Amino acid sequence: MSRIQLTFARLKQQQRKALIPFITAGDPSPQLTVPLLHALVEAGADVLELGVPFSDPMADGPTIQRASERALKHGMSLRGVLAMVAEFRTQDATTPVVLMGYGNPIEAMGWEVFAKRCAEVGVDGVLTVDFPPEESHDAFEHLQAHGIDPIFLLAPTTNDARIEQVAKLARGYVYYVSLKGVTGAGHLDLDAIAQKIPQLRQHINLPIGVGFGIRDAATALAVAKLCDGVVVGSRIVQEIENSTEQNVVANVSKLVKELRSAVDKA
Amino acid sequence: MTYNYPDSTGHFGIFGGIYMAETLIPAVEELSRQYLRFRDDPEFKTEFAYELKHYVGRPSPVYHAKRLSDDLGGAQIYLKREDLNHTGAHKINNAIGQALLAKRMGKKRVIAETGAGMHGVATATVAARFGMECIVYMGAEDIQRQAANVFRMKLLGATVVPVESGSRTLKDACNEAIRDWVTNVESTFYIFGTAAGPHPYPMMVRDFQCVIGNEAKVQMPEMIGRQPDAVIACVGGGSNAIGLFYPYIEEKNVQIIGVEAGGHGIASGKHAAPLTANAKVGVLHGNKVYLIQDENGQIIETHSISAGLDYPGVGPEHCLLKDQGRAQYVAINDDEALAAFDALCRFEGIIPALESSHALAHAMKIAPALGKDKVLLVNLSGRGDKDMNTVANLKGITL
Repeated sequence: MSRIQLTFARLKQQQRKALIPFITAGDPSPQLTVPLLHALVEAGADVLELGVPFSDPMADGPTIQRASERALKHGMSLRGVLAMVAEFRTQDATTPVVLMGYGNPIEAMGWEVFAKRCAEVGVDGVLTVDFPPEESHDAFEHLQAHGIDPIFLLAPTTNDARIEQVAKLARGYVYYVSLKGVTGAGHLDLDAIAQKIPQLRQHINLPIGVGFGIRDAATALAVAKLCDGVVVGSRIVQEIENSTEQNVVANVSKLVKELRSAVDKA
Repeated sequence: MTYNYPDSTGHFGIFGGIYMAETLIPAVEELSRQYLRFRDDPEFKTEFAYELKHYVGRPSPVYHAKRLSDDLGGAQIYLKREDLNHTGAHKINNAIGQALLAKRMGKKRVIAETGAGMHGVATATVAARFGMECIVYMGAEDIQRQAANVFRMKLLGATVVPVESGSRTLKDACNEAIRDWVTNVESTFYIFGTAAGPHPYPMMVRDFQCVIGNEAKVQMPEMIGRQPDAVIACVGGGSNAIGLFYPYIEEKNVQIIGVEAGGHGIASGKHAAPLTANAKVGVLHGNKVYLIQDENGQIIETHSISAGLDYPGVGPEHCLLKDQGRAQYVAINDDEALAAFDALCRFEGIIPALESSHALAHAMKIAPALGKDKVLLVNLSGRGDKDMNTVANLKGITL
């Protein structure tokens, strides 16, 4: 079993929901990324989504755009992100790490080389925002050949036919984008999520994580009740932005602990 | 074998495709369905033709730039006068087509990205013409360079949103328009300005712009008894170019030349010429194309004197035409474009857009070595009124 499967199996046995925080690699600075990842696990994260910064983050709102800009200013690259995962793995052999970002940095490296490097450093899943299933066949052959799970997004606009298509390719878990918009948007519609999840479950046997619009303990709890995992991105990145290099690890840790205890009430 | 692209999944060989976030995929698929439905609908075609004739002022004439040609002493330069269209550039052809489609799809809100402002003005114009709300995203840097066009859009009732992220130019305006679309996907039609982006845009924009080449194919034989020896157009995203080129693809005796923005020169790295500079294949704004990027796959800031060509990518069909060898792509530097701009003003009394000046500059470069019986047809894609401030600044004059 993969680390992602093991994690969700364990959570199911414990009757708990997954907490899946997102940070951008290299934000606020490259030397803080690995300490932040360990702090996230310490504070109760089950799966880590690590953002690969890109110059043109079309699906992201201003908060994650700024995180990407900060990371790129520090010279962050896909190679650098993979090296960070390798460093993280020397101290943590169990927590799944999912790389999340846009396809072009991977295209530039080449999918075959990328997939091989992912397997070597201990990446478990890859989510490319702008590579839908139709354009992903070659890419995912390489990922699967190296045992890396392709993680897919589903959206409120996704119809049954497309859910079915994603179900065939997806591994690990699927990420349901709870609203029409970019990351960091504020208008969470719980009724709409409650309606959509059963439709997804008709086609998909994998755990379903829900993200976009989760800003605090209350929204985390409400969403956790509806699905298998809660993804929190912009709110954590905002905390990083509002902290100093001295207190960022402590501040993020405190926030994630609050989210953890909320998710555990679900 | 006849040329027949894109394929049913929107690919031009390895280029093109639909590289978009999941939320927008159903919208793009719906757009394809609706476009294919209306493309051959007689009523749609009649309405489009009517608007092109009575609102845009088509057909645009072809003009023999005789004094300029005589001065160069070689090939004859002819100009396809897209600058005479309503709103002053070829952009209106496509904006009308997409607005008619938006109307049929029941969309009351349209959005657009713009670089030089010509596509923004065209979109604001058709939005006013058809009674739609219009939001135009424009890089803050371009808003500075193109203040007159910003004012024009506002006069036409559009909201112009400055984009402060990234390089604050066209690519960032595209990013922001896509962010708007993903947020307002059900109410909004994205009137994309160039023959790039996710399928069906490269095909649809080409089809709407093909009126340029289709007219030229009739006009040239009327004027000179045959087709030209070469057709030449500037290429940013490449919509005016593909509009001229596409009807000539099967005319094997006609050379096709696309002219990219060489900026300070290809060797300087400060340019916007992915095809000429042999940029690597990459993915941006919904399609796979040749893309100016660093070794890590990050998009590099481009440079051109003309905001409309200042873009790191290029439409997928141009990428294919380059690979097939059917079209040739070259670059013209800022100073060469400016010299051509001046020449057309002085010799012909026509003030061209800086974008179109690139195409003209290449024609002027090759004309002297060609015989006087050779004919070069240059797409004069837009007029230069919008560039008065830029040109004055470069000449050290304050208006």
